[in-house]
Amino acid sequence: MPEAATAAAPLDEPRPPRKLYRSSDGRWLGGVARGLAGHLGLPVIWVRLVFVGLFMADGLGALLYAAFWFFVPLGVGGVETQKPPSLVTSETAPDGRRKLVARRPDKGQMVALLLMVVVAMVFVGNVNLGSGAQAYLWPTVLVGAGVALVWRQADNARRARWVEVGRRKRTLTLLRAVGGVLLVTAGVTGIFVLQGSAAHLGSVLQAALAVLVGITLLAGPYLVRMTQDLSEERLMRIRAQERAEVAAHVHDSVLHTLTLIQRNAENAGEVRRLARAQERDLRTWLYKPEGTGKDEADEPTTLADAVRHNAAEVEDKHGVPIEVVVVGDCPLDERIGAQMQAAREAMVNAAKYGGEGGAVQVYAEVEGKKVFVSVRDRGPGFDPDSIPADRMGVRESIIGRMERYGGTARLRAVPGGGTEVELEMERAEKTS
Amino acid sequence: MSDPTEANGTAGAGEAAEPAQSPGGGAARRHVRVVLVDDHRMFRTGVQAEIGRTEQTGVEVVGEAADVDQAVTVITATRPEVVLLDVHLPGGGGVEVLRRCAALMADAERPVRFLALSVSDAAEDVIGVIRGGARGYVTKTITGTDLVDSVFRVQEGDAVFSPRLAGFVLDAFASTDAPPVDEDLDRLTQREREVLRLIARGYAYKEIAKQLFISVKTVESHVSAVLRKLQLSNRHELTRWATARRLV
Repeated sequence: MPEAATAAAPLDEPRPPRKLYRSSDGRWLGGVARGLAGHLGLPVIWVRLVFVGLFMADGLGALLYAAFWFFVPLGVGGVETQKPPSLVTSETAPDGRRKLVARRPDKGQMVALLLMVVVAMVFVGNVNLGSGAQAYLWPTVLVGAGVALVWRQADNARRARWVEVGRRKRTLTLLRAVGGVLLVTAGVTGIFVLQGSAAHLGSVLQAALAVLVGITLLAGPYLVRMTQDLSEERLMRIRAQERAEVAAHVHDSVLHTLTLIQRNAENAGEVRRLARAQERDLRTWLYKPEGTGKDEADEPTTLADAVRHNAAEVEDKHGVPIEVVVVGDCPLDERIGAQMQAAREAMVNAAKYGGEGGAVQVYAEVEGKKVFVSVRDRGPGFDPDSIPADRMGVRESIIGRMERYGGTARLRAVPGGGTEVELEMERAEKTS
Repeated sequence: MSDPTEANGTAGAGEAAEPAQSPGGGAARRHVRVVLVDDHRMFRTGVQAEIGRTEQTGVEVVGEAADVDQAVTVITATRPEVVLLDVHLPGGGGVEVLRRCAALMADAERPVRFLALSVSDAAEDVIGVIRGGARGYVTKTITGTDLVDSVFRVQEGDAVFSPRLAGFVLDAFASTDAPPVDEDLDRLTQREREVLRLIARGYAYKEIAKQLFISVKTVESHVSAVLRKLQLSNRHELTRWATARRLV
C-alpha cells in the first residue's frame, strides 16, 4: 500500500516540468506500468510486480490500474532507459518531419494477457467476499475485460493518428470492439441472471433497446452533422494552410525577384540571372513534393543535390545557363565528394571558356557502384596537349583530383566542336 | 559497322524516306501545318511569332486552342500534321487530348502527331504524355530554331527526345529493370541505352552517329524503338516507379 501512495503522488517530484504519461511503446495493456516506470526511473518489471501484488490484495491493483488508465493521457513518456534508443519514440522522416515510430505489438502482450488470466483465476479462487457477492465476481471480471479491450482500442486509434499509419486492419479493429461489447454484455447478463431477475431480462432488454433507438433517432442526425462539419473544417484548415504557404513563398521569392527585375530592366544580364535563379528556385519548390525549397539544408548530402547545387552556383556566378540531367542518386562519400569538386571545376571552365556556344550540359548517372559525370559545352574547344604547364585548373583540379581518389577523368576537346569532360568514379565500399 | 539494330528498330521511321536533317538547308521546300495548344495566350503568341513566319520556317500555324475541348475541336477540324501540346491544360491536361485524338493519331493516311511542349519538370507529367502517344517532349526554354527542327522531325515520324526526357526515360527503365521484367519489350537494349545516354549528355543525332560509328538513320530508329517501348511498357511498373519516388 505505501508503494501505491508513492506511485500515486508523482507530481511531488523535484523535477517540475515532467508530466506523467502512459507509454504507448512497449506496453502490455494500457501502458500504465511502463509509463510509471519511466516516470519514476524504476525498472518496469518492479512496477508490474507491485501492481500484481496489489491485485492480490482484494483487487486493489486492478482498481488503481484502471484509475491510472482512465485519467493519465497516453503519451510517449516513460520508455525504459536500458533499451537501445532505436526503440524509442521518434525518428526523422525523409521529408524532414519528425514522427513517431510505429511499433508492432509484441509477444509481450500475449504473455501479459495469459498471465492476467492466470492471476485473475488465482484471485477469484482466493478471494473471500462471502458467498453472496462471490457469485458476482465472474461477471464483474468479464465486464472488466470487455472494458479493457475497448479502451485499449481507443488508445490504439489515438496512437494511429500520431503515427499516421492505419497499419491495423479495419476488420481487426471491428473484431476487437465487438469482442469487448460481447464480453461486457455477457458480464452484465450474468449479473442479471444471478440477481434472479432473469425473468424480466426480456422486457429490460426491450426497454434498453427502445431507449437506445430513441437516443439514436434524436441525437443521430446531430452527431452525423457534427462529424461532417468537423472533417470539413479540418479540410478547410489544411487548404488554408497550404494556400498561406504558397502565398508566403510567392511573396518571398517571386514578387521580390520581379521587383528587382523591374529595377534592373536596363541590365539584360542581371535580369537574365535573376530570372534564371528564380525559375530554378520555383521549380525545386514546385516539383519536389516534400521539399520546402527555401529552408533546405545548405550542404547537399546526395549526388543529385550536389550536382544541382554546384550547377546553380556556377550558373549564378558566370551567367551561363547550365542544363542538368541526373539519372539515379546515391549518398555522397569522400570519393564522390572529390568527383563533385572536379565536376564543379569542369563546369566553371565550361562556363568561362565555352559559354558563348549555348547552355552547358551536365549529365550525372549512378549505375551500380559507378558514378559517371559528364560536363559538356559547345564553345570553341581546345587542344588538351597544348595546355600550358602553368595552367593548373584542368590538370590539377580535375584530372589530378580524380586520380588521387582512384577515379578517371577524360577530356575530349574538339576544336570547333566544344569540350567534354568525363569523370568516372567508383563509390566507396560500404563501411558498416 | 553493320548495325544489329534493324531487327528491333524500324518502327516509326518507316515513312521518313528522306530525313531532312540539315536545319535551314532545304527550309523553303519543307512545309508543315501546326496547331498550338496552350492555355497561356501570351505563350501561344510568342511561339506563333517565333516559328509562324511560314516563308522562312516552313511552319504554318493553322489553329490554336486553350483547353481540352477546344483542342479536340480545332484538331479535328483542321487536321494538322503536328500539334504542339502543353502538358498542363484545363479540362484534363494533355493526356486527355491525346486520349480523345487517338483515332486521328492512328490514321495511316494523314496521321496527326503530337509534340509535348511544357515547362513542367515533373517526370510523371512528361512520361504521362509520352505514354499517351506523344512523339516527343521539349521544354519551353527551347530556341525557335530547335523547335522548328523538332516539329519537322516529328512530322517525319521521328521521335524527339530532349536531354531531360532522355534522363527521365533512363531513370524509368533503370528501376524497372532491377526485378526480372515479364516482357522483353520493357527492356532497353545496350545500344538504345547508349544512345539515350548521349542524348541526355546533349549530343545531337549526328554527333551520336559519329560517336557510335553508326548512321544517323540507325540513331533515329533506336530512338523510335525506345519511344515505342515507352508507350507500350507495362503501366503498372511505371506507376510503381513514380509512386516509389513520391511523384504521384
